[in-house]
Amino acid sequence: MEKKGTWNVKKGFAEMFKNGVIMDVTNAEQAKIAQEAGAVSVMALERVPADIRKEGGVARMANIKLIKEIISSVSIPVMAKARIGHIAEAQILQAVGVDFIDESEVLTPADDKYHINKRDFTVPFVCGARNLGEAVRRISEGAAMIRTKGEAGTGNIIEAVKHMRTVNEEIRAVKLMNDAELVHYAKEIGASVEILSQVRELGRLPVVNFAAGGVATPADAALMMLLGCDGVFVGSGIFKSKDPKSMAKAIVEAVMYYNDPERLAQISEGVGEAMEGLEIETLDVRMEERGW
Amino acid sequence: MYIGILGIQGAIQDHEKVIKKLNHTPLWVKTKEQFKSIDALILPGGESTTMIKLLKTFDLWSSLSGYINDGLPVFATCAGMILLSKKIDNYQKQDTLDILDIHVDRNGYGRQIQSFETDLSIPEIGEKEYTAIFIRAPKITEYSDKIRVYASYKDTPVLIAQNNILAASFHPELTDDLRIHSFFIDKFVMNKNN
Repeated sequence: MEKKGTWNVKKGFAEMFKNGVIMDVTNAEQAKIAQEAGAVSVMALERVPADIRKEGGVARMANIKLIKEIISSVSIPVMAKARIGHIAEAQILQAVGVDFIDESEVLTPADDKYHINKRDFTVPFVCGARNLGEAVRRISEGAAMIRTKGEAGTGNIIEAVKHMRTVNEEIRAVKLMNDAELVHYAKEIGASVEILSQVRELGRLPVVNFAAGGVATPADAALMMLLGCDGVFVGSGIFKSKDPKSMAKAIVEAVMYYNDPERLAQISEGVGEAMEGLEIETLDVRMEERGW
Repeated sequence: MYIGILGIQGAIQDHEKVIKKLNHTPLWVKTKEQFKSIDALILPGGESTTMIKLLKTFDLWSSLSGYINDGLPVFATCAGMILLSKKIDNYQKQDTLDILDIHVDRNGYGRQIQSFETDLSIPEIGEKEYTAIFIRAPKITEYSDKIRVYASYKDTPVLIAQNNILAASFHPELTDDLRIHSFFIDKFVMNKNN
């Protein structure tokens, strides 16, 4: 008997992305560039985060026709973003055949209280998190993959680093806790005791954990790998750079050789200018604060 | 035994964990020189397009092919099977190492929403059925008589061997059942009978 959409099938699929780069794309042409550069998957969305930030307005799931074009233009898996809590957008994306859904704070939230119950779906989900409590809540809702939120569209890595370091510190603390302390801590951070016990046993999140939100250079990608991420999402960092093809290729290579500085130097050398960056203090909208 | 795992992209850590549980030493292989220090090599699941590009960019393509053709024992899972195949029927432009005498369809069992787990009968590893996880798996469309079939699903081979190579369409590294890795090490690496 075939069993589809099981936890093993969802979580296992995320394992295949590890040590790889997932790139934001807004059309079929960009998707082909990403695949050609060695991306392990592409993320379909209507505007890259830098443009959402600049133009404002409500950011929604991408146009379905566009998503279908992207799906038929590449052989690698295609992800797409749905608004936080927007069950219908997620159902539509599943019906179209996307391989993974990102319930993302980069889009304007549709629900001010609840995230999607991701266990109701056959397709797996990835969600953003800034700390261990948030990550565990998303896993409780059925997320098969976690990523740092970072601060999307800024080309500024500090928030992604902060989120990754926070999760790492909290995991290290959990590893030393006894059962009573674990129950108390679970209450403090609003996380399930059962999943926290898994974290304690594994010494890491029980699902794949990527970096996202602010990766703009090969060195940024390598930094996130050095901090213990399983792989990297790049949003605006590719197609807002001077030469997207060479930037995409260099970031893929940097993830493979993240712990080899000499190779990283060679990889970084030929790359054109990175996207323009923003200071976090100057932002009107902090996307990372969306989601609960 | 030193069991290398092609360390380019994909579920490398998952194989690493299994090899440690079996009391062997896993080594990530990212450079040509590292091929010399391994007794066997695992080609993990992940994205075959990504692996092919990086193998070529970093000049590992011909070394990999050379070592395998010279008899290095290899266990290929999912994307690894695609890399070794003779031809990819539904993406003919994609290059392969052309070592296993099979043709495959990439994602031959469908996209992620069609991915599944199922129980297989694999007599060589014991009577108990084996739970196999198929994720956007390659489907073997043609194979020659050089191929030995260890397991099939709906009449299509899913666990096969050719000389020094064992290959699976599914992901043995994602379960706690270590029998297939153990079978590979006993039979292909240490050449034990039974």
